[in-house]
Amino acid sequence: MRYLQSIGEYFLMLKGVFGRMTKRTVLKELIFKEIDEIIIGSLGIVAFLSFFIGGVVALQTALNLNNPLIPRTLIAFAARQSIILEFSPTFISIIMAGKVGSFITSSIGSMRVTEQIDALEVMGINALNYLVFPKIIAMLTYPFLIAISMFLGVMGAYSAAVMGGFVPADVFMQGLQEEFDAYHLFYAFFKTFLFAMILATVPSYHGFYMKGGSLEVGKASTTSFVWTSVVIIVTNYVVTQLLLS
Amino acid sequence: MIEVKNLHKSFGDEHILKGIDFVFDTGKTNLVIGQSGSGKSVLMKCMLGLFTPEKGTIEYDGKAYSDLTDEQKRDLRQEMGMLFQGGALFDSMTVEQNVMFPLRMFTKKKKGELKKRVDEVLERVNLVDSGKKFPAEISGGMQKRVAIARAIVNRPKYLFCDEPNSGLDPHTATVIDNLIHELTVEYDITTVVITHDMNSLLEIGENIAFLKDGVLAWKGDKSQIFKTEDETVTDFVYSSDLFKKVREAQQQGL
Repeated sequence: MRYLQSIGEYFLMLKGVFGRMTKRTVLKELIFKEIDEIIIGSLGIVAFLSFFIGGVVALQTALNLNNPLIPRTLIAFAARQSIILEFSPTFISIIMAGKVGSFITSSIGSMRVTEQIDALEVMGINALNYLVFPKIIAMLTYPFLIAISMFLGVMGAYSAAVMGGFVPADVFMQGLQEEFDAYHLFYAFFKTFLFAMILATVPSYHGFYMKGGSLEVGKASTTSFVWTSVVIIVTNYVVTQLLLS
Repeated sequence: MIEVKNLHKSFGDEHILKGIDFVFDTGKTNLVIGQSGSGKSVLMKCMLGLFTPEKGTIEYDGKAYSDLTDEQKRDLRQEMGMLFQGGALFDSMTVEQNVMFPLRMFTKKKKGELKKRVDEVLERVNLVDSGKKFPAEISGGMQKRVAIARAIVNRPKYLFCDEPNSGLDPHTATVIDNLIHELTVEYDITTVVITHDMNSLLEIGENIAFLKDGVLAWKGDKSQIFKTEDETVTDFVYSSDLFKKVREAQQQGL
């Protein structure tokens, strides 16, 4: 019953976010600030993880290819498919649920605890629009981050496979282009967009409606991470079923 | 002037405000006092429009809040300034940006004009040199002064202060009390202060409402409150040892 109530509250929150708008000049500044904090601030960790995970995927494939009948092009093919279809959109989003999601929940939650949200409301400002809407708009740039992750993942795979001496460069490039389906990119970026909306709104919900003091801010951040991850995983399953099966 | 008439507010089965009638005068510091749980904060939140009362009206200069359209309510809120217990300053903004915030949100003034007004207000609260600092870099008393500056920067008609002295040393508390009183007179605004602090009562209690269990148990001013024989009031006012001893001394004619 409590879950149903939370789901209802979440959708009411979304309605509130798109209610009375904040002054445009202020909103513009907030959006750029959010892009800087959420997207630019995550570039480093996303780049690092993507490059090395891409490398590990190629390495694992190469090390487990013992059958001489299986072509070595499979190393690049497997790396490309796993990076584009799942690793970059889904697993980077789970990592972002921990990094960005916790940041969003704790920053909004702290504002709730220290009455900053009450201050906004008393001034006649739509606090939901002021706090959540810029995050949603900033997250529209999230697919660019995922595109960078895909590129670096493939670069990592190339480095590990070619420089590690498992496969020649031309064979790797051949495998990379093998049976390429542009629809897979559409699928990957479509779900990335959905994950971006989840990453912006679910942690905001947990921060905005939290009750209590600073201890509860920590608890809300943890709960937010769990629920954001759950929603991303379930959405991933549903979208995959609908678009690929 | 704010007039509260027969105000009732409940949360579930709990009846918090049980028919409050009170007039908050313009140009005066109006104090709402009472023990914890007496309904002071709920009364203030009803006056701020954050809670909707079940029964009764709140009139702002003769206009009932409940009769206003959403747009009129928003306009009215822009005429309100609020000083929160903890200051509620925006951590990510400097002192200057905090004070400028209401102006940026609700006026179309140019940056130079905004800066001029902010400097003016910061000077009024003696914080000229702290404009570039963040709230975490200044003391609690200074944070309260910044919050006061933010509350008055848009020249409000109504100023609400929720326990402005909590967490402050007696000297700083007196400075804040006096500042609130001076600004009330200077801007000719209706100021409502919620407090437990007896020193505030002595300093700025020009019009006092004493709440007990959601009922207006007593009203008067600071000269009357120490003379009243009403036990509900005396139990509260003389609950501290210091005031108890002062009273005993008075009774002994010392």
